[in-house]
This record gives sequence, C-alpha cells and structure tokens, in this order.
Amino acid sequence: MKSRRLLTLLHASLTILSMLLLTGCQPAASGADPVTRELEIENKGSDTIVNLALAWAERYQEIAPEIRISVTGGGSGTGIAALINGTVDIANASRQIKPEEFEAALANGIEPIEHVIARDAIAIVVHRENPVDELTLQQISDIFSGVITNWQQIGGEDRPIVRLSRETNSGTHIYFLEEVLRMGEEDNQTLFSPATLLLPSSEGISAEIRQNPNAIGYDGLGYVTEDMKVIAVAVDDSSPYIMPNSTTVLNNTYPIARDLYMYTAGVPSDEIADYLNWILSEDAQFIVSELGFVPVSP
Amino acid sequence: MKQTSWREIMITRIIQTCGYSAILFVVAIFIFLFKEGTPTLFEVPFSSLFNERWYPIEGYYGILPLVGGSLLVTLGAGLISIPLGLGTAIFIAEIAPRWAREILKPMVEVLGALPSVMLGFFGIIVITPLVREWLNLPTGLTAFTGSMLLGGMAIPTIVSIAEDALDTVPFTYRQAALAMGATRWQTIWRVTLPAARSGVLTAIMLGIGRAIGETMTVMMVTGNAALLPSGLGALFRPARTMTATIAAEMGEVANGSTHYHVLFFIGMVLFLISLIVNLLAAAVIFRENGHAERVLS
Repeated sequence: MKSRRLLTLLHASLTILSMLLLTGCQPAASGADPVTRELEIENKGSDTIVNLALAWAERYQEIAPEIRISVTGGGSGTGIAALINGTVDIANASRQIKPEEFEAALANGIEPIEHVIARDAIAIVVHRENPVDELTLQQISDIFSGVITNWQQIGGEDRPIVRLSRETNSGTHIYFLEEVLRMGEEDNQTLFSPATLLLPSSEGISAEIRQNPNAIGYDGLGYVTEDMKVIAVAVDDSSPYIMPNSTTVLNNTYPIARDLYMYTAGVPSDEIADYLNWILSEDAQFIVSELGFVPVSP
Repeated sequence: MKQTSWREIMITRIIQTCGYSAILFVVAIFIFLFKEGTPTLFEVPFSSLFNERWYPIEGYYGILPLVGGSLLVTLGAGLISIPLGLGTAIFIAEIAPRWAREILKPMVEVLGALPSVMLGFFGIIVITPLVREWLNLPTGLTAFTGSMLLGGMAIPTIVSIAEDALDTVPFTYRQAALAMGATRWQTIWRVTLPAARSGVLTAIMLGIGRAIGETMTVMMVTGNAALLPSGLGALFRPARTMTATIAAEMGEVANGSTHYHVLFFIGMVLFLISLIVNLLAAAVIFRENGHAERVLS
C-alpha cells in the first residue's frame, strides 16, 4: 500500500510541476489565443513506458500548452485496469491487452483501441565480470525455469545462478514468460523457478546486477546502463547471436523485441487523437530513440 | 456548578466515543477483510490454497510460502531485536548514569522515526552486498537481510517502552535486593526485570508487531521469491512475505477476481496472526500480574 501512496505523491508532484510549467507558458499562450481551454489527459500504466510518456508529455506541453497530460506508472495491468474502470484516458502497456481484460472493458461499455507507439527490446543483463557472452533462447528459458542452476553449465564460472525478474504485475514479466520461458508456444506450461527473485522495480534489478556476479536479469533496453553486461541472444544454436540495439530490433533479428502500446477508451476525442498523432511524428519518435527505445517509424 | 457538570458529561461522552470508535474501527476493518477474503474458500480448493506454489497470474494460490516467509523474517527480527533492545533498555534504565540516559533515550527514539523506504534503500545499497560477501551466499537479498533491518526498526520501540517499564519499578525493590546481598546483575535479572515484566512483554509485542506488519523494507530487500522455508537455513535464502505480496499485487488485480479475494484472505491470515500474538501476550501479562500481586501483597 505504501508504494501506491508513493505513486500518488509522485502523481501529485507531477501535477503541480505541470501546473507550474503551465503558468510559466500562460502569458504567451493566452495572448495569442484568448479562448484557450485547459484540457487534462490522464495517462497511466506500464513502468517501462513511464519515462517515455513523461518526456512526451513535457515536450507536448510546449506545443499545445492548453493540454495538460498527467502521467503515472504502476504497471501495464494497473493501467489497463484503470482504463476498464474508466478512470484514465490513455493506458500505457508493454504487452497486448488480454482477451479477458478486453471483455471486461466491453462489459463496462468501453472499447479499448490499440495504438503502437514504440518498440522495445528486452535485454538480458549480467554482472560486468561475468565471462558468459551469449545464450540461446532455450538456455535462457532453462535458466529462469530452474533447469540450469550453475553458470558452469553454460560456460561460465562455478557459481550458483541468481535469477532476477520484475513483479507479476509488470507487462515485461508476462512478455518474458510467454515469449522467452515458453518460447511463444501456446501449450507450453513452463513457469518461473520459485527461487526467482521478484523485484518491485527496474532499479532493484539494476542494483543487484551491478553488485552480484551470480545474478542474471532482464529489463527493457532503455533501463540498461553502461555498468551492466548485455548478453547476445540467438533463437537456437544454429542461428547467429545478436546484441540488442535499434538496428537489430527494427530489422527483427533480435529475438526478444516487442511493440509498446497505448490504449484509448473507444475512438479517441480530437485532443487525444492529436496527441497520439504527434507521438508518431519525427519529433516525438526522436525522444523514443534518445531514451533507449526503438522508434516505430524511422 | 451546573455548567461544570454539563462540561463533565460532555468530556466523558467524548472520551467514551473515542474509546468505542477504536473498537468499532477494528470490527469494521475485520468485517471488510472477512467479506472480501472469505469468497476465497469457495473459489480456491483447500488443497491448492495450502500449497507451496504462489504464482497467481497462472492460478497457483498456495499461501504457505508467504505465511512461512512472514514468520521467518519476523522470527529473525525477533532474534535480533529482543536481546539488543532489552539489553539497551536495561543499560539505559539501570546502569547508565542519569546524564547519559537523557542523551541515549531520545537518540534511540529518533532511530524509530526513520522512514522505512529509506531503510530499504540503505539495505539494497549497503547491507545486501555485505551480507552476500560475508556469508558467502548466492545473493544478499535474503530473509536475514530483511530481519536485520526489521530488527533495527523494532529496537527503538522495544527500548523506549521497556525502559519506561523498568523505570516505574520502585527504587525500594532494588535497595531491598542489594541489602539482601544480591549483586547488581542479580538485582536486575531477578528483581527489576520480573517486576517490570508486563511492560517489557508489551514492548516486545509492539516491536514484533511492527516487524510482522512492515511492508516497504521487506519488499525491497528480501528478494520476494515465494520459497517454502525449511528450517533455519531458509533465513539465508530469499523469502516473500504476506505484506510484500499484498503491496506488490494489490495494485494490479481486477476488483472481485479470485486473485483479489486471495489477497484479502492473506490479509485475514495476517490479522489473525497478529491477534493471536496479542492475545497470548495479554494472557501472559494477566497471569503474571496475579502472581506478582500475590507475592508482593
């Protein structure tokens, strides 16, 4: 509960910040257009997207000062749940909406509409001094499901493997479960090993990866910093090992890449549609690449 | 005169309302927990509820690792905070000179005001690497790390209340013991501490209560892996507590889903554990009081 209170606090401070920014821009804007109305767009969901959404909201403020966008995180599931309950205008998600969520929304009279806003690669990260450079999808699946338990089994030192994952409310967790652990197979029932550490934040994963040579984790490419080592991944042992970057994500050679989404409740209103169109503009997609994600349109 | 009595009545009423409302709130909270938690028993079969696998997004609702994780972390916190807390309280109340006491007690109490998020952050950055290196563990994110931080959080509560209790023991008791030829240690251990027993037990219970209910710190440092603890060795492996599970997962669940009900069921279990601990403590205190009164009258 405390973490939610923290989020509320964050939300409040962001709102105040955007109000301050607004009052800063107000004279020029009202001078140019006296009928300016304030419109608020509520934007909530995936923690993977939250930094990107914040950067967009900030930039958009300069272009359309009459629109106020408040951005909060909480996880893809949280954002979609809020969309179903009708409390947000745009839900951010790092995974596609589930059929049961879609039906729950329809039952509430809301039809979620999907917009692809960027692409993201999931990087497999280890400690800087880990000698392992490359893994196949099958090996990664075996590591996280608990079949492989020592680095020696995959060409590393004689060390136990410590698996790090995001919490189950993270879209990244579900994507990783479906596309990596289960390798995209519908009838595959592989689960994370119960010994997998579920950390509440990307920062928790980064902190442990930086200091623990036994650890292996995964996170969005945007969260990988210089002081971690990224593993090259191959679909199987006869395919080439590929490092994640914007080129390999765009030409679909890096195997663990996904689309990032925004969902709106029904056909978006003019203001929201304008915002979503702007997100696909060159200006906004430049911010995408600056934050370590991959633009959808070059 | 008339006005005074009217005022008296008002004040009595206000105090009464305050007293009853505390009971009312507890009952209301329990009814709410019960209403949201009991559907679990109809939705999840008993055998899978009391199972060792917790992975709610795939329908595994085994709560045993969570109950075990909470008990394990709390037990560790107790093992650390009770001896340290009581030792500090005894030192401050019985051994330290008066002026040292005036400095020490407020300092210990300031420790209790540290926000738990800060402690958790300190745990991740400083304690976790040390625990891993010193104890040669695969990871420093373990139940023991959580216990250390929670123990640290419980110590100020224990020290403050236990010291107050020791302080209220009449000075004549100590004089009498010393006059009988008891050493200082014998006086503390056989006379002062037993005489202050009910206050000391309250101190321990409140300290443990703080530890079992703490959420943020444990979520940050225990690793949150739902492993069923098997023996004391489990202290040095990751653990997932009930509180961290509720905090991490409540934000995401759909209202009224099975997962939602199970999270409230976990809340009920937590509530019941706290209740049992408190009732046990109350029973011990009542019995001791009767015993002490007979001895001293």
